[in-house]
Amino acid sequence: MTYEERLQNVSVLGAAGKMGSGILLLTAVEMADLSLKPENKDKSFVLNAIDIDPAGLAGLMKYLREQVRKVAEKKTVWLRKAYADRDDLVENYDIIDEYIFDVLNVVRPGTAMEVAYQSNLIFEAVSENRSLKVKLLSQIDKNNANKPWYFTNTSSVPINLIESEAGLDGRVLGFHFYNPPAVQRLVELITTEKTSEEAIAFAQEYAKNLKKIIVPSNDHAGFIGNGHFMRDALHGLKEAEALAAEKDIPLYKAVYIINSVTQDYLVRPMGIFQLIDYVGIDVVQFILNVMNPFNPDEELQHDLLDKMMEQGVKGGQYSSGAQKDGFLKYKSGKIVGVWDIHKQHYVDLEQFKDECDEMMGELPKSHVVWKNIIRNKNKEELLQQFFNDLKSSDALGAVLAVKYGKRSKEIGEKLVSDKVADKIDHVNTVMLTGFYHAYGPVNNFFD
Amino acid sequence: MKKLRRKVYMTAGYNTVSMGTGRREFHPKKPRPGIEHYIKEAGKGVLDQIGGPDKVDESVLGNFMAARFNKQANLPGFIPMIDEKLQWKPATSVEGACGSGGLALMYGVRSVLAETADVVLTMGVEVQNTVKAIYGADILAGAGWYQKRKQGHAYFFPGQFSDRAGAYYEKYGYDKARKGMARWFANAMENARLDETAQEHHNTLPDPYALALKMKPNGAAFVDHLTVLDCSKVSDGASGIAICSEEGLAKIGVDKKDAVEVMGWAQVIRDITNDPKDPAELEAIPRAAKQAMESAGVTIDQIGTIETHDCFSIAGILAVEGLGLAKKGEGADWVDAGNTARDGYMPMNTTGGLIGWGHPTGATGVHQAVTIWQQLTGKAGKAQINISDDRPYGMTINMGGDDVTVVAIVYKRG
Repeated sequence: MTYEERLQNVSVLGAAGKMGSGILLLTAVEMADLSLKPENKDKSFVLNAIDIDPAGLAGLMKYLREQVRKVAEKKTVWLRKAYADRDDLVENYDIIDEYIFDVLNVVRPGTAMEVAYQSNLIFEAVSENRSLKVKLLSQIDKNNANKPWYFTNTSSVPINLIESEAGLDGRVLGFHFYNPPAVQRLVELITTEKTSEEAIAFAQEYAKNLKKIIVPSNDHAGFIGNGHFMRDALHGLKEAEALAAEKDIPLYKAVYIINSVTQDYLVRPMGIFQLIDYVGIDVVQFILNVMNPFNPDEELQHDLLDKMMEQGVKGGQYSSGAQKDGFLKYKSGKIVGVWDIHKQHYVDLEQFKDECDEMMGELPKSHVVWKNIIRNKNKEELLQQFFNDLKSSDALGAVLAVKYGKRSKEIGEKLVSDKVADKIDHVNTVMLTGFYHAYGPVNNFFD
Repeated sequence: MKKLRRKVYMTAGYNTVSMGTGRREFHPKKPRPGIEHYIKEAGKGVLDQIGGPDKVDESVLGNFMAARFNKQANLPGFIPMIDEKLQWKPATSVEGACGSGGLALMYGVRSVLAETADVVLTMGVEVQNTVKAIYGADILAGAGWYQKRKQGHAYFFPGQFSDRAGAYYEKYGYDKARKGMARWFANAMENARLDETAQEHHNTLPDPYALALKMKPNGAAFVDHLTVLDCSKVSDGASGIAICSEEGLAKIGVDKKDAVEVMGWAQVIRDITNDPKDPAELEAIPRAAKQAMESAGVTIDQIGTIETHDCFSIAGILAVEGLGLAKKGEGADWVDAGNTARDGYMPMNTTGGLIGWGHPTGATGVHQAVTIWQQLTGKAGKAQINISDDRPYGMTINMGGDDVTVVAIVYKRG
């Protein structure tokens, strides 16, 4: 089966979800682009968008329409060539509208899973629940005569388990996009001992056409991305608790301090608690629950997460993409408060921000901001200067940051010694391209 | 041309800010003032200098594509919105693509000569940031022949002038052409920084020339032979000026030395359905400039400054050659040597031109006249250049489409 033939009938499970909608967008665009090639004009391309949530599917179609317009506006030069034979399409307006229709026309939204029985390729992006994944994939596989390939977007479940439990025998691989898939360039590729060479070659070609960077990860629960993020997050939770105890301050103040340290001092796109909220406290807990049994020498869980879930505070995003409140409270994307786990309400940032900032101490003059440095050519130099100044400071913020940076490096090195990643470079690439960090966790900045 | 039956003057010029990318206060996603605001501001800006609306006999407004950018036609109806006393007086709008402003000037001049008016409020306006550039390209493509749109580039006009640049590179050499074009860009930035209304007034590039030289055209992302720095900007703006007879000047109480006299002009049209004979050369602009100078009885060496239509840097280079300032193929060298810089032999586009000041398409022709009026009467502020007594004339050249609708005017301080 050629690349084109494989992509003539595709299904996405969980298509209305955060990850599923992004995968659907990228795949729909790739399929529509194939359909526009002269040699494919008579072929049909079908992309089933399957989800249990009809309202979510309606939202998905709106999301697609907006996003495909943006895609089209960026490649109008190419589109004018692709539609050169269409005399009725003259202006960019006409051509972009036609392209949006052609992409949407590939997509078949629906709640019935049976349509996947005809597909050659199935993307799985349902919730991070091993038995659910196994159940869905085995049901499809029993009813699908095409011997399809399964690309699972799981961020934690070992692929070999899905393979054996669903009876997929070499036809499944981990193809892990990062959130949001349309923006983040990273895809973690996880194969098993049995995964077919053709499926791997296809996955590589598909990723290349989507302009994604592939990093191979070995088949350990959590892989490289969550292998680092989860441990980094646990460190943040522990540090917040310890800081609250040591300084005898309420936990919400410590949460604010650790979040500020991880964002401003470590020059990251968001602080660790904001990132947990962004991913969703529930999702973080799911992932830890999957990973924990596979790492008997570690305790991959934290009471604070359980408490937040009990109190019904989960973070995550609205279907509009707006951030829901979690550890932190948000207004138009900005942090305006922190959850008080004892009194169970948000405390306004204004009430305690200055006090906490004073505790952390002043940032050195060499301070750099993530947004400004991410594309700066002298990034390494500027970061080194800033981190050197942090190391020579005894201010609370600086001390916490250096400790955090060292721990982050340890986590990265352990991923290699545990053989989750083949090399340090892979760990750093994942954090740079999947988490948009300005520098890889394994570095010499904090030594 | 026969001797003019009356003397014609221009005075009381006014420019709004040319709004768009480059201005610090411009935010593409925030609401912005519409076309009404710009017409009103520019109109009032002129009225304030001429003693109010009672002095105006007639108004004319140049505009290219409000019908698409703003879904608005019947623009003369907006003139009384500037001041209610303009209601019940004549008003007209004129269109000739990016040459609309030039046509508005010609309309005002003709009305004064026809003795149907002594004071004509003459304006140009365009508000283009209502759509993204990729759709704006469709709208601006209306300056070309629609029958050729299908085969044209996504960015239609950059595509047309990219073809001209490509032909020029091939005929005369890529490196020197790019140097001349980079210098043209650098001059535009230098001049625009000196004019508070310029779109590039806030420009802080440390070395515009080096940047423009370093940036290479990339056909996969844009057009084959131009970079974005070779192009004028997407702009919202309006300009206005009063066109008067001698009696008109007396009526508004403006001294002749605060006005420029229109010494001669030419209007030249090339057939829009024909491709340029040689893409490395302009035809209409040289003809218009030559005729305008003949009608004014002057030669190029008596002209001290020129505002030329540099919608693209290559258009500036080709105009230099078309004016005879440099031989064919040597315009790029001439520009690169600094001859068109503000302190060069022939300062051109001294407030930034279309690339630096901005290009609110229908307003550009009027903006050019305002700049020449400012320079010849010593009102250009920080952008003021030295006008010597032996070369006291100024010239504007306004072009609609690809060398199609051209107006050239020669001025001298009154």
